Amino acid sequence: MKTILDKQQLHLAILRLAHQFLENNHSLHDVVFIGIQPRGVLVGTKLMDCIRQLCPGENIQYGILDITFYRDDVRDELHVANTTEIPFSIEDKNVILIDDVLYTGRTIRAALDAIQDFGRPKKVELCVLVDRRFNRELPIQPDYCGKAIDTVISQKVKVEWDKEAVVLY
Amino acid sequence: MQLSTKHLLGIKDLTASDISLILSTATRFKEVLQRSVKKVPSLRDVTIVNLFYENSTRTRISFELAEKRLGADTINFSASASSIKKGETLLDTVNNILSMKVDMVVMRHSASGAPHFLAKHIPAAIINAGDGINEHPTQALLDALSIQEKTGSLEGKKVVLIGDIMHSRVALSNIYLLHKMGAEVMVAGPPTLIPKYIEEALHVKVEYNIKKALAWCDVANVLRIQLERQNQVLFSSLREYNLAYGISKKLLDGLQKEIVIMHPGPINRGVEIDSDVADGNQSIILQQVENGVAVRMAALYLLAGNRSNG
Repeated sequence: MKTILDKQQLHLAILRLAHQFLENNHSLHDVVFIGIQPRGVLVGTKLMDCIRQLCPGENIQYGILDITFYRDDVRDELHVANTTEIPFSIEDKNVILIDDVLYTGRTIRAALDAIQDFGRPKKVELCVLVDRRFNRELPIQPDYCGKAIDTVISQKVKVEWDKEAVVLY
Repeated sequence: MQLSTKHLLGIKDLTASDISLILSTATRFKEVLQRSVKKVPSLRDVTIVNLFYENSTRTRISFELAEKRLGADTINFSASASSIKKGETLLDTVNNILSMKVDMVVMRHSASGAPHFLAKHIPAAIINAGDGINEHPTQALLDALSIQEKTGSLEGKKVVLIGDIMHSRVALSNIYLLHKMGAEVMVAGPPTLIPKYIEEALHVKVEYNIKKALAWCDVANVLRIQLERQNQVLFSSLREYNLAYGISKKLLDGLQKEIVIMHPGPINRGVEIDSDVADGNQSIILQQVENGVAVRMAALYLLAGNRSNG
């Protein structure tokens, strides 16, 4: 077991990601944030808290997306679906997808498919807390990344919110 | 997480956790049905045949929509326009269809047990869309979802099934399901339409007085008088049935509380239920139909997902 981000580093990484969103987007008016169920939502919630503190009074659009029905492995393993809640239009918006760990890229592939069913965004970007750089199975890379790490397949990366740390097993 | 069964032949074979899984998955599909694109690609590698040996409007359309919303390929088959007329057996018909690479079969048949027979002989997953006077599992599931949405939960709820219990597959599936989910069940209607030993066999309350039945319940599921299934006269006239057992506005207004009114359709207006009740604000009849698509999507999705384990 190895700690990749401790409590303070995790906090700083989230703060930095929030700043990067604001840096890259002149106004949040055309930006919508979408956390991917289940664990991306936890990252998303923290990021939204951070952005609300940085720009008080700003209307921030944050939705959650479940990609279960879009998975490419439904015949191998059945996953239980979670709530999807996108109570705003994503048409012509800059969509920022948020997940905790980017690994094979298959979840994001499914999320891109799912997003299309809600409208045609102007642009879609990806934000992940941890990027496992090796073992990608699809050509998908993050636009915002908390921490990039090199791992092998047998290892597991977990974001432990109760301890506020990212751990490698 | 998966269902404990490969087929959906009846509620009898399901566990409480199977039922909860189907209902919770159905609520996710309800959300999908609110989107501008009401489709997901989960079943795009699956081909489904809808085998309807008996007439149906709601169930057939509902299944077909559910299949299309899941991206499956579908074939519709109705007995009246097929080679059954030329004397082909059920098993031959189905095996011929399956040889064209069909993965799942949705079947309605007038013989009780027909889907169970098929399940023993063919490799495809089977969903029972109503077999004779036995079961109609997806109807019970959509009824359960509708009750859950309206009242919060099934646990401890008092549900009365009114009318033709004897000939109703909806009643049997509902009784199994409601018991498994912790609800109390009563059947009410004329003695000639209630099986004699139902109290002992299925542990339901029996009531012949409609007023007492309504006063007891939280939810009343009014069943259709199935004229086509009755070979003998079990009550003297439709008018008399309506006067003794029909649900009227006056009857509901006389209660001390507001109960939920359900009906699986098609409605015989003015027989088992009056129009002002069926269209009134206590009725959730159209919500039931809406929930039908979501529940069937859930059942199809969960059973298709099970295929590789079969």
